[in-house]
Amino acid sequence: MKYHTPSTFEDASALAASAPGVTRFLAGGTDVLVQLRAEIVTPDDLIDIKHIPGVKEIARTKDGGWRIGVAVSGAELGAHAELVSEWPGVVEGMELVGSTQVQGRATLVGNLCNGSPAADSVPGLVAAGATVTITGPGGTRELAVEEVPAGPGKTSLAKGEVISAVHLPPRGDNAGDAYLRFIPRTEMDIAVVGAAVSLRLDGDTVTEARVALGAVAPTVVLVSDAAAALIGSSLDDAALDALAAAATAACNPIDDKRGTVEFRTEVAGVLVKRAARIAYARAKGEK
Amino acid sequence: MPKDELKSEYKLVGTRPDRPDGLDKVTGRARYGADFSMPGMLFAAVVRSPHAHAKILKIDASKALALEGVKAVVTRADFPDGLTGEDWNLQENTIANDTALYDGHAVAAVAATSALLARDAAKLIEVEYQVLPHVTDVDEAFAPGAPAVRPGSADHSVSSREVDLPDNVRHNVVREIEFGHGDVEAGFAEADLVREGTYKTEATHQGYIEPHACVGQMGADGRGEMWVCTQGQWFIRKFCAAVLGIEASGLRVTASEIGGGFGGKTTIFMEPLALALSRKAGGRPVKLVMTRSEVLRATGPTASASMDVKIGMKKDGTLTAARAVFRMQGGAFPGSPVDLALTCAFASYKLPNVEHIGYDILANRPKCAAYRAPGAPMGAFAVESLIDEMARELGLDPLDVRLKNAVAEGDKSSYGPTYNRIGLVEVLEATKAHPNLSVPLGPNQGRGVATGFWFNHGGETSVSVSVTEDGTATVSIGTPDIGGLRASIALMVAETFGIGYDDVRVNVVETGALGFNEPSHGSRATFASGKAAVTSAQSCIKQMCQRAADKWGIDAEAVEWVDGAAQPAGPNAGKFPPMTMKEIAETMGATGGPISGHNETTMDGVGASFGTHVVDVEVDPETGRTTILRYLVVQDAGKAVHPSYVEGQYQGGAVQGIGWALNEEYVYGKDGRLQNPIFLDYRVPVASDLPMIDTVIVEVPNPGHPYGVRGVGETGITPPLPAVANAIADAVGVRMKHLPMNPPKVLAAIKAKANG
Amino acid sequence: MTKVHVTTTVNGEEVEFLADPRETLLDCLRDKLDMTGAKEGCGTGDCGACSVTVDGTLVCSCLVLGVEAQGKKVETVEGIADGEELHPLQRKFIEHAALQCGICTPGFLVAAKNLLEKNPDPTETEIRYWLAGNLCRCTGYDKIIRAVQDAAAEMRGAA
Repeated sequence: MKYHTPSTFEDASALAASAPGVTRFLAGGTDVLVQLRAEIVTPDDLIDIKHIPGVKEIARTKDGGWRIGVAVSGAELGAHAELVSEWPGVVEGMELVGSTQVQGRATLVGNLCNGSPAADSVPGLVAAGATVTITGPGGTRELAVEEVPAGPGKTSLAKGEVISAVHLPPRGDNAGDAYLRFIPRTEMDIAVVGAAVSLRLDGDTVTEARVALGAVAPTVVLVSDAAAALIGSSLDDAALDALAAAATAACNPIDDKRGTVEFRTEVAGVLVKRAARIAYARAKGEK
Repeated sequence: MPKDELKSEYKLVGTRPDRPDGLDKVTGRARYGADFSMPGMLFAAVVRSPHAHAKILKIDASKALALEGVKAVVTRADFPDGLTGEDWNLQENTIANDTALYDGHAVAAVAATSALLARDAAKLIEVEYQVLPHVTDVDEAFAPGAPAVRPGSADHSVSSREVDLPDNVRHNVVREIEFGHGDVEAGFAEADLVREGTYKTEATHQGYIEPHACVGQMGADGRGEMWVCTQGQWFIRKFCAAVLGIEASGLRVTASEIGGGFGGKTTIFMEPLALALSRKAGGRPVKLVMTRSEVLRATGPTASASMDVKIGMKKDGTLTAARAVFRMQGGAFPGSPVDLALTCAFASYKLPNVEHIGYDILANRPKCAAYRAPGAPMGAFAVESLIDEMARELGLDPLDVRLKNAVAEGDKSSYGPTYNRIGLVEVLEATKAHPNLSVPLGPNQGRGVATGFWFNHGGETSVSVSVTEDGTATVSIGTPDIGGLRASIALMVAETFGIGYDDVRVNVVETGALGFNEPSHGSRATFASGKAAVTSAQSCIKQMCQRAADKWGIDAEAVEWVDGAAQPAGPNAGKFPPMTMKEIAETMGATGGPISGHNETTMDGVGASFGTHVVDVEVDPETGRTTILRYLVVQDAGKAVHPSYVEGQYQGGAVQGIGWALNEEYVYGKDGRLQNPIFLDYRVPVASDLPMIDTVIVEVPNPGHPYGVRGVGETGITPPLPAVANAIADAVGVRMKHLPMNPPKVLAAIKAKANG
Repeated sequence: MTKVHVTTTVNGEEVEFLADPRETLLDCLRDKLDMTGAKEGCGTGDCGACSVTVDGTLVCSCLVLGVEAQGKKVETVEGIADGEELHPLQRKFIEHAALQCGICTPGFLVAAKNLLEKNPDPTETEIRYWLAGNLCRCTGYDKIIRAVQDAAAEMRGAA
């Protein structure tokens, strides 16, 4: 295995594009090293992107959104008070990934590119309408986060492409987001179900909403029917029931060691309601 | 005071000094299994079967051996033939012969100049398999027509029961057990309420944080050394010698500090591979360290169990009869703890009529090892769940029902012998008096109680105590210190001598330094090594009294030992100032030579320990998740030598039991492969899952130990399984009969109940 | 395999070693620098026994490559005591019997020290969640949590 430390994304992309064997990009390494140790994936070329300037930065963009560097760890995300106050759901999703130790290393982009349908940070990003910049051999392109995963362990990125930044849109007023996941323990598990809700209010009425679910389908899914169930409501019981029904209907999970089809489907409905209540309260400015 | 009356006032026993090995263990200096290195050392890796059951057609190591730096490859061909019985089982489990019997079964091993190179070489060893039908579930292995795990291996000559099973069931049944007393049918006829249930528990792993690790060195002469993390260095010596066909005395085994065992490090798994590789590599030392996934796939978890229990109870809670039929698989070898599960099942209760039937069943899983009170937690889950259900049905307090039937001194136990002094009644009364019992519960919250038992064990024990030349004492024990043993031994020896705690140095020694010792298992280390150390110290005292008597010119009988010094026993013996241990030690070379005492025995006088746990839970009715709100352990220690470490045993046992109850299990896929061989998915409790674990140490002294000690290590894992189940039943009205009670199972039960 | 020359600082001392890029920081600490205080309990970041800090951030050293340590400041359990003077956490772990077998202790000490540097007065819940990535199979965590609470109280009093 060769270890590279390019100083630009263009160089990183070129390295990956020309490498004949298996390549992996290294940011936090909390998935890459596990796969390496277990001999699931032993890359021929490992490209460490942490030496590229700016990868540790969280910056406000001109439009009032955020640009998050690809090597920003969960702990660093959680320590950014302004970001936390604007996008608590996005941050809490990332902060649920692994232990304190893992938080010291793990990144949003790593969690996204691992391609797990259960990735805790991804539903929050999808609900937020986040996008990523991709640097490839032919230049850069922008892609919605929900377009990145292509199935368990797979992404839509082509050979030589590397994500070079994450963008969150401007939060705006009267808005809130939340992410909840279900795990059997209180920490250290992979999500059995994850649910993220982002919404905006006009008075008590929901005017915009995005709902994303994790671990209930081959990829994290954006559920437009679930969002539609919220829009126009004041989060009354009927709306919550419709939300849960839409979420449940969007589930296409598997039975595995972490949960059953029945359980995942049932709990998706439970969690999405709970997450919607939190997002609503946050949009109202309640703690 | 008569001499045989137990003292209750001690200067040191019962205090909480710092453990002697504490400094090394908080600074990172203490050396555990993987921390040893030797000059010229090689590193090993093991090739393991990816199949649950497969014929091994061919092993080709030529590509591995062609790598620069690869020094040796071993297969079963490098081990002797002709072993029988458990020796054969151990050898077969160490390395497969012509058939891989479970996912993870070792097939070959390689030694190379670096750990990475060894791993690379292992990947180049090509093994050709022919996959065979497999079975992993206990009930499926016991079903008619199940695939035979090891055709022809069932040995019904050891069964205590007339075989009444059809042949196509018998082929996976290696042992049948039947015992009991009274007339159970008559007992059921006397009862006001007779209930029965079937209960199932899944296999769990001890989950020690330190993977198995050793450094082995052996020459062509069959002599060698081993450094290894183990609960018992003599067992390592004995089993390695048997598997390798060498003389036990040719192998010297040193136990490293041990990073947890819980029974799982009382036997061998890969240690003979390191020695065989070393011999083949010209005697260079070989280090072999398991990965976590190897630990979970290929060391010894506990059995999985399927259990039928039937109990008769009168309206006032009196038990009239009970029957248990337990089926357990312990992997592809005989040895599931079904016998121990049965003997513990009803041990807490006076039962005039009781029947036990057991089946030890083979399945394509790793060879089970001991796990903290082997078998007892499963049996308790079945029995204590059913007793709780019946008590609730009759409107009786579950603790009162247990108190009404509790065994005491002089009662005949369910498994035969008559109890000597035991403390179950005291434990139950202390439980009833505890403030946790009166904390009010909210919605979806419930309280569960359960009782547990473990025999405890004496075992083969050798200990030596020597009077050090400066008047301190040096103790050599053969039981590794897994949880504060050095402190407990030092306290007892210092108490006996009448010297300071810091004046006693306790060493865990290698196999060349003492006679045979069983491991730190069976809750025996503080009891047995402690009792032998006290006996040895008393022998030293006798010799020191003799030295003083010689100096004073009086009879040794006229000298007594008080507070660390010899003194004349009364005015008639003569008038001499006390002669301290220090004074005697400093001149011992001139007064007859070194003074040592030793004790070698199969230790008698063991005292059983009973415990009762009370747990409060809250169940989320929408997700089925159970949260532990409050937890209480009450257990009889006999005498807590170092109460902090006794509490630690109670707390640790309870939490392992909580893990077993709620989330831990071996999950096998349809392909027979273990699905969760890492800590991510083998879900042991983490700090945020738990509240503080409250403890009450009850002390009903064991008359068989000079300080009243009973073993305390194992009983604590027995009650949590049913206690949590009983609490869940109390909280949300569902009776969980299949562990683990994870959220999908509990939610399914809640929904099934709601749907009628 | 080409090895990479790595220069790094461990517990204040500059050290250098040759690392295969596949070797973790934990491998390098243990096998190349003979610092065996950090333990491998899982190799997957699930047990915390290998906890160290890198430039002040708490990490699992099994999830960091040795080559990534170039130019960093690594702190391990071996660096917690100040000469003969034990850190309050080390003393309290012994006093409270917060270790039975002791294999998880180095990781707990490194993680708890990092917590108290960031939060000198954590609640019981904060301690439990901060340490959720450190597995202990012996103690049931009770005495570990108490030791951390007691050390925190002492350190606040001393400050």
